[in-house]
Amino acid sequence: MAESGVIGADELTDESRRHFLLAATVATGATGVVFAAAPFIASWSPSERTRALGAPTEFNVAKLEPGALAQTLWRKQPIYIVRRTPEMVASLAAHDSRLKDPASHDSEQPPYAANPARSRNPEYLVLIGTCTHLGCLPKPRFDPARADLGADWPGGFACPCHGSRFDLAGRVFEGSPASVNLRVPPYSFADAHRLVIGVDEQTGAA
Amino acid sequence: MATVVKPPATPAAKPGGLRAWFYKRLPIEEFISTQLTGYFAPKNFNFWYYFGVLSLVVLVLQLVTGIFLTMFYKPGEATAFDSVEYIMREVDWGWLIRYLHSTGASAFFVIVYLHMYRALLYGSYKRPRELLWVIGMLVYLTLMAEAFLGYVLPWGNMSYWAAQVIVNLFGTIPGIGPGLVEWIRGDYGIADATLNRFFALHVVAVPLGLLLLVVLHLVALRTTGSNNPDGIEIKERLGGDGKPVDGIPFHPYYTVKDMVGVGVFFVLLAIVVFFVPTLGGYFLEHANFDHADPFSTPPEITPSWYFTPYYAILRAVPDQRLGALLLLLAVLAYLFLPWLDRSPVKSMRYRGWLSRAFLALFTVSFLGLMYAGLNPPQGVYVLIGRICTVGYFLYFILMYWYSSPRFDPVKPVPERLRYHADH
Repeated sequence: MAESGVIGADELTDESRRHFLLAATVATGATGVVFAAAPFIASWSPSERTRALGAPTEFNVAKLEPGALAQTLWRKQPIYIVRRTPEMVASLAAHDSRLKDPASHDSEQPPYAANPARSRNPEYLVLIGTCTHLGCLPKPRFDPARADLGADWPGGFACPCHGSRFDLAGRVFEGSPASVNLRVPPYSFADAHRLVIGVDEQTGAA
Repeated sequence: MATVVKPPATPAAKPGGLRAWFYKRLPIEEFISTQLTGYFAPKNFNFWYYFGVLSLVVLVLQLVTGIFLTMFYKPGEATAFDSVEYIMREVDWGWLIRYLHSTGASAFFVIVYLHMYRALLYGSYKRPRELLWVIGMLVYLTLMAEAFLGYVLPWGNMSYWAAQVIVNLFGTIPGIGPGLVEWIRGDYGIADATLNRFFALHVVAVPLGLLLLVVLHLVALRTTGSNNPDGIEIKERLGGDGKPVDGIPFHPYYTVKDMVGVGVFFVLLAIVVFFVPTLGGYFLEHANFDHADPFSTPPEITPSWYFTPYYAILRAVPDQRLGALLLLLAVLAYLFLPWLDRSPVKSMRYRGWLSRAFLALFTVSFLGLMYAGLNPPQGVYVLIGRICTVGYFLYFILMYWYSSPRFDPVKPVPERLRYHADH
């Protein structure tokens, strides 16, 4: 070192030490940024209040006419409840070859709805009423052979946004932009008429 | 005693002047001389060159009207729709501020699309302007995000369902999709939490990013200099004074020319704002005059006109994941143009018929997709959408070959700029 306290040009720099310190500082800083970002990212998840408001909801199916559709809301999602007539249930078997996923292998539903009628009780169809394509509401088009949907239309749901079509069990037809069947929420019957959406044997007692 | 004749003091040289005080402390003089009076632009700019400055003008318009709208708008499920109606009916001149903002959004896209098309015509994305083009594309992507977020804020029924459709696009990402959608929404459906965060993004986060990118775009432009309709580098031909012989100072020559364009633009903007603010449902959709309703999808969901080409691509594919992927690719494809285009010349003026034919194919496909996207997804519109999707992608995929001089012989490029194309 020069006498005046100025570092001389001939002073040796320990390059490897300098490199190590640089790398260690960058790594520590980067780790800190990741940890500091976590609370901000987590703040976007559904809040405590939102989760509390997502509790199960009840619907009385006694007043529902055979062949009619009722709508209710669970977790901000429209729930379709259809009381199917025996003819409607019988029609489900006739068009398996035109469906993308007739046995609901790739679709989202509780195990008790993984059947051709996609329900606990074939009389009541319970669906999340948002299209599995991009979330519009498929419209009920229950009468068969409608002019706008073709002579071979067996009755079901048609989405106005992107043209996806589903049968009376919410199963998607070939040629639809949607790839999987309409989703079935967890549900159970508290008694003969009290349908509870959002709760079943797996998610907890009603 | 001899009288000392003082030379006339130029403001900058006057040692005690206020200007000199500032010039010593801020690089104002340097900025003016490098960016305006000493920045040389090609002398043959034509009509297409209005859209750069116009996009800056609209950016300022949107910032000013947007700041005033936030003074009256109240984000939130219960208040948003009513506060927009309040602006329209009860705030003095509120309707004008809001219509300027909503019309400005559409005007922004008209201008940006023409600005981008100019680059396709004259090869402005080619070397050495690759980064200028890429930054410009990032501006475009940011602008799309900004427009979508703003579209949700009035909380009309179309706002609600547009948010539903667009946010659900993220659900098609394998694995993380459903969780990601819930995280974006902050609820199990599009809700109050979603609206509030979209407001924060629309008025603070995205505009900041947009401004930063616009500054970078301009810095990159000043570095490489503007392209021109002949696609010749004016910097390669300098006069005795070291300045480009085919260049003229940006100020006052182009600032004065641009003032004419800005004037015409404001006349057109005023016509829309005062006489047809909804433009028959294209600038403001009818369904958005109803409050958001999770129980009722509007009869036809069509996005704002400027998103319809991509929307038509999404709908053309009978598979949701593939459709979303193609939509993403359609938006990102422009980023690769500088490396797909192998032509030795920039401007279409000196390219062969093959490059021109593919640009025509792209033009027709883009407009066809826009038409298909504005119509219901049935019958002939699906067919138009599918054919135009193919045309759209062929322009990009085949460019590596059709732009090669082996297949598309080029014409000799003149040494000096010309004022007119002669064909």
